[in-house]
Amino acid sequence: MTVAEVIDSVIDNDVAISPTSLHMDIRDLSIYYGEKLAVGGISLPLRRGKITALIGPSGCGKTSFLTTLNQLSSLNSDVRVDGDIFFDGENLVKDSIDFLTLRRRIGMIFQKPNPFPLSIFRNLDLPLKEHGVKSRALRQEKIEKALQDVGLWEEVKTRLNTPALALSGGQQQRLCIARALILEPEILLMDEPCSALDPISSGVVEDLIMRLREDYTVVIVTHNLAQAKRISDFTAFFWTENNAGKMIEFGDSQCLFQSPKNALTSAYISGTKG
Amino acid sequence: MSDRIFSFSIYCISLIVVAAFVWIISDVVLKGYSLVSWDFIVSEPEDAGRGGGIAPILVSTLWVLLIALVIALPLGIATAIWLAEFSRSNTGAVHIGTALDVLAGVPSIVYGLFGNAFFCIYLGLGYSILSGGLTLACMILPVFIRTCESGIRAVNSDWRLGGIALGMRRSVVVWKILLPAAKPAIIAGLVLSIGRATAETAALIFTSGYVDRMPESMFDSARVLAVHIYDLTMNVTGGDQAAYGSALILIVLIIVLNALAQSLLDSWFRRSEYS
Amino acid sequence: MLSKASYTQLGSKLDVVVSVVLSVLSFLCAALLCLILWFLISESWTLIASGQWQRFFLDEGWYPLEGLYAMTPMIVASLALTLGAVLIALPIGLACAIYLEFYARGLPKKAFRSLLNLLAGIPSVVFGLWGLTELVPLIAAIKAPGTSVLAGAIVLSLMILPTVALTSAAALSGVNRNTLAGAHALGFTQKTMIIAVAIPSARSGIISGVLLSTARAIGETMVVLMVAGNVVQMPDSLFAPVRALTSNIALEMAYALGDHRASLYASGLLLTLIVWLLAYLASYLNEKSRVFARV
Repeated sequence: MTVAEVIDSVIDNDVAISPTSLHMDIRDLSIYYGEKLAVGGISLPLRRGKITALIGPSGCGKTSFLTTLNQLSSLNSDVRVDGDIFFDGENLVKDSIDFLTLRRRIGMIFQKPNPFPLSIFRNLDLPLKEHGVKSRALRQEKIEKALQDVGLWEEVKTRLNTPALALSGGQQQRLCIARALILEPEILLMDEPCSALDPISSGVVEDLIMRLREDYTVVIVTHNLAQAKRISDFTAFFWTENNAGKMIEFGDSQCLFQSPKNALTSAYISGTKG
Repeated sequence: MSDRIFSFSIYCISLIVVAAFVWIISDVVLKGYSLVSWDFIVSEPEDAGRGGGIAPILVSTLWVLLIALVIALPLGIATAIWLAEFSRSNTGAVHIGTALDVLAGVPSIVYGLFGNAFFCIYLGLGYSILSGGLTLACMILPVFIRTCESGIRAVNSDWRLGGIALGMRRSVVVWKILLPAAKPAIIAGLVLSIGRATAETAALIFTSGYVDRMPESMFDSARVLAVHIYDLTMNVTGGDQAAYGSALILIVLIIVLNALAQSLLDSWFRRSEYS
Repeated sequence: MLSKASYTQLGSKLDVVVSVVLSVLSFLCAALLCLILWFLISESWTLIASGQWQRFFLDEGWYPLEGLYAMTPMIVASLALTLGAVLIALPIGLACAIYLEFYARGLPKKAFRSLLNLLAGIPSVVFGLWGLTELVPLIAAIKAPGTSVLAGAIVLSLMILPTVALTSAAALSGVNRNTLAGAHALGFTQKTMIIAVAIPSARSGIISGVLLSTARAIGETMVVLMVAGNVVQMPDSLFAPVRALTSNIALEMAYALGDHRASLYASGLLLTLIVWLLAYLASYLNEKSRVFARV
């Protein structure tokens, strides 16, 4: 399938996309754990500079889906993936690609903040060094910028050499976002980034995610429907059928939340199901 | 038997254990104390050890221990890392794990038999510091590996995943993040190994030998502290006093070495954390 | 996909190199086991191969210089010493474990636990020294010569006591809280609860700890060498001096040659096999107790 054909077929969807706005295209993706189908037949275009939210009940394969996008799923040798993920002219599923570069370009934020048990500075310095930024001055500059981008600089600039684990939960999560941003990724995958935080920190992180729009393409898994509605441009609704996850509906967030096409979606967002 | 008597006997027995412990320790301290002095530590033994000091014996002990640790530490940490992080628990790794458990149970005198046959005779090293150190290295490896391995496995896997999701190389994640986080287990393994190696007697009698002169090279036969205590007690009439002095030194040496190992590892890890 | 998955695991050249080097080192460590077995077998081969191993049990005595290699008295001595040590250490260790888990609180609990750990850290040669100079004279006052099965068993039991106590305490603390609360609710006294409920529930964990201690006792050299008397004979009383398999190796290795040396390696092999059997039983029981704990 050529890129043009891909784009043509995508345009058939209810939301029209121009070729330049398509950042990653997932076609008919299925994920198996051993023989068992975990998620089946997902087709989803990710638009450049937009926030796409994945919603649905627990266990419907949202996180599994997310981890195939940066190929973290392949750490588990039981996991098998079918279908295509087109990203920058390559097929992540079928082509042999450099995973280290891929993961630099596609950052990931986890549900539980996971700063390394090192100093704040080392948390940001280590990934930079690892990706070949040799000049110490340049690294320091990038670290300051990343911390400013996530609004953490003023809070931590005097204690960069203290353990990152001493920070509050919200600060830790922002540090993790800074750690991903410092590698200048194009896409950010977020797996319920606010769910382990208190309401105030959660609000701060949410504002931060909103600010990331335009500069990064964001895919966010969330259980918080209000949050999905507030921050996302597009929403995909996942559901479990016969013990396997599938995508029920995908579309513009405002449309999906106000007038869902599928009865199941409607029931889920109104709270009568799920 | 009423509840009261039962409770009473539990307390009594526990007290007896405490008393036995106090008896042993105070025995060593009281009988050893009068002999221990700076002179005792820095002078050569005289009259088969009844008089003089233990300088060459201390030096030999440290040499044998040093060789054992220099061999066992890197090899042990390497194996622990492979088992915990790289092996993906394949069949080979499971077999290695079983082999290590089996090795951990082998009696120390059997390590001595092996060391004598392999290092002393087959490799031609003879009774020497090197043979003794290598034998001890074999002896402490299994327990050290298993302690470190379980420590690395127990490290929060969010950090492992976080590092990989940042596109960091696996080996860098292990070296810079997981290993420092597994520090307590590595220290525990090291303390255990130092304790066992320093106290070991049976495995050394026929590998590093009996000679109580100051060793001049690693190929010299040498007597370690534990063997010295054994020899004074069993083969030297009137050697008890010196044996107690040496026993006190041995116990203090183990405590000091453990503290040293702990602070060395601590500072090594701290450097990797903040540099 | 699978082959790619394993490639992912090792995302770079460095990772591939590190993984290969580490796996080679790991296999070297495991090869050590084969090497030890190889040397034990090859050194004792002359006796085993020719079917002469039967002589370990049938010869008229242990007179190695005359070519008589009956190990039976030493095997029996080793077993007697070990059995005695376990018989002493088990009730005392269990009592210590009960104290730790059900009676002690706060500082005494911490202190007692570290005392057991310290006891475990005392070098065996120091135990031997203490046994020979303090304990043996006491026993000699009852019946000469003092160095005996009894002395060996007592000192050995002190050595394995921490293992028995600490593993039993771990097993007892693993007993389901609800089970204990249920026993309390039924109006059981502390004693009944411990004896009728807690200990049976923790049984396999306790036995597994005892087996590990047994393995340690039977493999221990210095203590039995220093306090058990070293006379090759069938023990006929608790006060009889005996020589264990391990002490025999330590005593005779220095001058053993030819068949004599081979017989010592054969006894080493025998010791190793016994210890492995015990360790295997212990891990089997431990596994079983874990399965029960899950249910």
